This record gives sequence, C-alpha cells and structure tokens, in this order.
Amino acid sequence: MRRILAILLENEAGSLSRIVGLFSQRAFNIESLTVAPTEDPSLSRITIATKGNDKILEQIVKQVNKLIDVIKITDLTERSHVERELLLIKVLAMSDKSRTEVKRITDIFRGAIIDIGKQTYTIELTGDAEKLNAFISTLANETEIIESVRSGCVGIARGEKALRVK
Amino acid sequence: MTKELFSGAELVVKTLSALKVKYLFGYPGGTVLDIYDAIFRQNDVEHILVRHEQAATHMADGFARATGEVGVVLATSGPGATNCITGIATAYMDSIPMVVLSGQVPTGLIGDDAFQETDIVGCSRPIVKHSFNCRKVADIPNTIAKAFYIASTGRPGPVVIELPKDILMPQFTAEFTLNSEINIRSYNPTVKGHHRQIKKAVQAITQAKRLVIYSGGGVIIANAAALLTQLVEKLNAPVTNTLMGLGGVSGLHDNFIGMLGMHGSLEANKAMAHADVILALGARFDDRVTNNVKKFCPNANIVHVDIDPTSISKTINAHIPVVGLVDIVLEQLLTELDEKQFSINEQENQAWWQQIAQWRAVKSVSYEQTDGKIKPQRVIEAMYEATQGDAYVCSDVGQHQMFAAQYYPFAKPRQWINSGGLGTMGFGLPAAMGVKLAFPDSHVICITGDGSIQMNIQELSTCLQYNLPVVIISLNNRSLGMVRQWQDMVYGGRHSSSYMESLPDFVKLAESYGHVGIQINALDELEEKIQQAFAIKNRLVFVDVLVDENEHVYPMQIRTGAIDEMWIKKGVKA
Repeated sequence: MRRILAILLENEAGSLSRIVGLFSQRAFNIESLTVAPTEDPSLSRITIATKGNDKILEQIVKQVNKLIDVIKITDLTERSHVERELLLIKVLAMSDKSRTEVKRITDIFRGAIIDIGKQTYTIELTGDAEKLNAFISTLANETEIIESVRSGCVGIARGEKALRVK
Repeated sequence: MTKELFSGAELVVKTLSALKVKYLFGYPGGTVLDIYDAIFRQNDVEHILVRHEQAATHMADGFARATGEVGVVLATSGPGATNCITGIATAYMDSIPMVVLSGQVPTGLIGDDAFQETDIVGCSRPIVKHSFNCRKVADIPNTIAKAFYIASTGRPGPVVIELPKDILMPQFTAEFTLNSEINIRSYNPTVKGHHRQIKKAVQAITQAKRLVIYSGGGVIIANAAALLTQLVEKLNAPVTNTLMGLGGVSGLHDNFIGMLGMHGSLEANKAMAHADVILALGARFDDRVTNNVKKFCPNANIVHVDIDPTSISKTINAHIPVVGLVDIVLEQLLTELDEKQFSINEQENQAWWQQIAQWRAVKSVSYEQTDGKIKPQRVIEAMYEATQGDAYVCSDVGQHQMFAAQYYPFAKPRQWINSGGLGTMGFGLPAAMGVKLAFPDSHVICITGDGSIQMNIQELSTCLQYNLPVVIISLNNRSLGMVRQWQDMVYGGRHSSSYMESLPDFVKLAESYGHVGIQINALDELEEKIQQAFAIKNRLVFVDVLVDENEHVYPMQIRTGAIDEMWIKKGVKA
C-alpha cells in the first residue's frame, strides 16, 4: 500500500543522508522524496512516498523516529490529507494543429504553458500523482514528450491537525 | 579580567577530563597530533596506545561493558578512522556506550581527496547511534558532552565525532564552557512504561499457567539484575537468558533454565515453545534465538519490554509492548504485583516446574569424555574451578564462546563480555585488556581459539606496555572450529579453508612479547596447569590448550525448525 510520510527534522549537515541511508540500509522502498527547509530555518521537512504493509510501515516509522535528528514523523495517509506534486514537461509543438491541441489539453487539466520554443511548449502542472499521470499519457497520445521532471509529492493534513514543534 | 582561551585540542582533553574520562584508547597520526600534544601536557586522562585502532575500540568497549561507563577512542583520519569501523559496529550491535573521536583533514581540504582523508561520518553512518561533524573550535566541548549523553542514555550506542585538524591547532582558540544541562529537542527516550501497558502486562503474567521470563542484554545494561531476580523469585518463574543477558540472573539460581537459542539448553528452548506467556525483558528476538520465526512459540502471549521501540514487533509480534528502561519497568511490574496482592497458584506452578524438570533431566548441556583427548568443555569447567566463578570472562567468537556461555555459570552481571550481535573475532583480547584496566585486582580471562586470537594478537605488546596481566586461555583445535562444525553438518564434511595450517608456537610467541606461555596437551595435567596459570600474578599468561578438534557444540537448533527443535548430540534429535 502506498503511504506518504511527513518528517520534521533538524536542518543540519548530514541529516538527509541519515534518512536516505536508513531506507537503503533496511531495504525500505522510496517512491519519491522531497526536502526543503521550513519557515523555521532550523528545521527541514521531508515528504517520502513509500510502499509497504502495516508491519513494514510500523518499522519505517519507528526507525525514522529513532534517528537523533528527527523530531517527528507522521503517516499522512492514515488521515484525511492533501497531496500535491509539481510537473514540468517539455513537448514537441510544431504545427498549428498540435500547438492548439496541446494548449487545449493543458487548459483542461488547469496547467500553464510557461515557456515557448521554436518547436516546443513547456508546461507546468500541479496535482496528485494520478492527475499528473493522466495528463502525461494524454499528451503522449497527441505529441512527442521531449523531457519531464516531477517534484515528488508533498503533503499536509487537512483541518487542525499539524506537524510542528510544540 | 581576561578570559582564558584554549586551542581545540586542549578543549578536547579538558572536556574529557571534565566528563571524568580516565582512559582514552587510541593511536596517533597526522590530524590528531595536536590532541596528542595536549594529552602529553596533562595528567587527568591517560592515553593507552594500542597496536591497531580496531583494538582501541574493543578495549573501550570492554571497559564500557564491565563498568557501565562510556568507552572513549581517539583515532587519526583516514586509515585510523576506518580501522575503527569493526569496533564501532560491534558496539552498535550490542548497545555499548562509546564515543569515537576521529581526526579529519583541515576544513579547507575536505572533499579534495586529501592525504588520509575519509568521510568517516559517512562510512560509519549505518553503525552509529549518532555522529557529529564538528566545525568550530567553540563547539568542541558541548559537542563532546552531547555525544556522551547520546551514547549513554536510552538504548546506548557508539557516537562518532569528526574533528578537522585546523580547529585543533593552537592558532584558533575559544573559551572552555560546558553546558550544565544537555537538552536535545529531537531526542527524548521514553524511560517509564505506560501505566496501562504495565497493568496489561501484570494481568497476563498473573493469569499465566506456563510463564517464562526471557531476558537479554538490556537487563545487564540497565543494571537491573537484582530487580529481575526479585521478580523471578516472586513469581517462581523459570528464567532463561540470551547470550548477551547471561548474569542477568545468577547462572546458579534454581530458577535459571540456561541460555536459550541456537546453542541454548533444551529446557530453555522447550519452555519457550510451551509457554503460554513469555515476558521478554531487554531482549530482541534475534534470529539466533527464535530459529524459524514462522514456527516461533505459536501459543504464547508475548509481553515485550524494551527501551527501543524498533526492537518491539520487529521480528516477532508483541501482544503487550512496553517501551521503557528495563529497571524502571521492572520496578513498576513489582509494584503492580504487590498492589494486586499477587500470590502464586501453587498447583499450576508446580505442574509447570515438573514439566521443565523432565526436559532438564535430558541434560542437554553435557559432553562425554570418550578418549584421552582434552574436551574443550572440560577446559571451561577447569577455568571455573580455578577462579571459583569469580572472574571476568571475555570471549572471542566461535566454539569456545559457546562452550564458555554453556559451562561457566555467571553469578553476576557484567562478568560475561562477548560480541554477541556482530560476532567479531578478535574482540576477546582487547576487550579483556579494557576490563583489566578497570578492575586490575580481578581475574580477567580472555577465552579464545587459535583462529580468533590471531585477529588481534599484536595487542600482546600493549599488554606488556601497560602491565595488563590477563589470562588468555586458547582452545587450540588447529582449525576454525565453528566453521568446521557447519562444514561437517551442512557441507558434507568438506573443510574448505577452515584448517589453520602453520600455526605459530603460541608459547614462544607469548614469551617473545615478554609474557608467560603454557601449553597443555595432556588431559591429566589440565587442572594443575590451569591452576598454575591463575596463580601467576602480575604477568600475562597465555595458555595454549590443545583440545579435541572433532568436538562440536551441542545442543544445536535444527535449521529452519522451531525454537525447540534441536540436535542433542551428533545425529540425536531431542
């Protein structure tokens, strides 16, 4: 089962490598990982998308928590939450027809064309993984995908629930 | 008033002194020469010069295991640091408090593949509790203090500190200020068991008809042996110890049913398999205990007490998990039992003990003196008799380790010192040296074999330099006994590379290092010569005992079987 883990940790040299090292050392899966400092620069927040059964997930959560740099970890998928991922994708758009069609698909998915080349469009789209996948496959039917990059998902709990230092 | 300023190197030594460190085990080299100079100019911290950095880590480890204090190591960057890796991993697996100070090339050269540069923090990351890259002179004292705190609290473990050469040099200085309290917002181990879990645990224990207490290294580390014994007696429960937990309850106690696991006693493994409640205390259901996890104790309700939540339900699912320090949880359990006015159900308790008596009657931990050859088990017995059970026994890894665990009853905690988790050959001698430093007036034995002893034999030189008269008892079977045993049992007797050709003359070797060497090759002189070895004071004695090379360690769990499926002796199943 796919899970999204949110981790709050000390923003110190090497703390990311401890997390990544732990996952490889214990043969835990990482589907995606994003990291950046928070509004409090002494803290970093990591979002990891992973897969595993309840037993494996329990171990992941406990092992991550055991790292000295980690302040908190939570499984966002346990509760109602919002997840988003950013996609930047460059596609071939040479003819009028294909330029029009790519623009139309982008509008339908509520994306934005953020750069235009002589023969290309670069498009930005945010959403959950499923939406991004659907967009990519729709585009692929219409034109040639030259390059794409995804940020990996970030997530946050809905409502009052929050991951923060007390 | 001008504030007094110190170099980074001076701050290192001043901090160690303030933390009451008596011994520092290490080896000098380019990046730590400033620290060595600072050591030279003071008398609080004594440096023990080893012959290989791995031995420094094991010495610090042995010292820590025997005293409960933090063992401290100093190594230079590059090879000095990487030589520490095995010792750090050994300490990590057995939860031993240790701080390793490693030199590093000057800050400006880090990342340039400078001479003797290794990313030691990166290298050691999977085998440390935590590590620090110290980058400022002023940070040195509190970084070291934090390292000690992390190493020694919660589930103890090794902590590495990397110190670049430039912050140690006299050009840069800072004041010596040590925070009186250490507060790490991301590190707050749970020490007390949750009251609801304690109630549940006590309910399970009191309702049990066939209770077994299974205790591990956590009881030793938490100094909880007396409390454990109290609980055992209160419940009149059978108690088994893991390899790491020996001495947690006296090996001579009536309720002690032996070690459990791969080479545990039949009664211990049978009792586990038939238990309706297992109370696990500071033990981690290691694969050398459980055998096949799918067949593990299917009828048991498992209460698991451990300081480390990751140990709970990692391999075996715990029905009642209790996170906390074993000593505190034991006190909570005893209090709760008193409040419930617990009394033993004599009938059920007696029935359980009668069943155990039948398993005990098999005498699974026994050997036969068939011919004139010296049986390794007999050597351990002779060692026990000569020391009247009052010795620190530091073991290497292999058959001799299992024989010592089986045939030397440990009456007290911290008496048995061995590399249980990592199984590090070469651990025994340096560990014994660390213990001897801490307890110079006690008998300190290194029980070893002709394979293990050669993995750190260079330390015989250190023993002479610092007058560390340990008694080395080497069960010399001219082979790598445990490897050979597996080859006999699993690989059709093909002794691939398990035969030790060209062994040195250990007596002459000991003598050339300035020590006493004794060889024993006849059964009828065994006792006398062992006695003689222990009678020699103030000199290291190396006893080379030529034992039966065909002896296997029994009992032994049958691979892929349940915990209690065992070979009692060659070809005989329980």
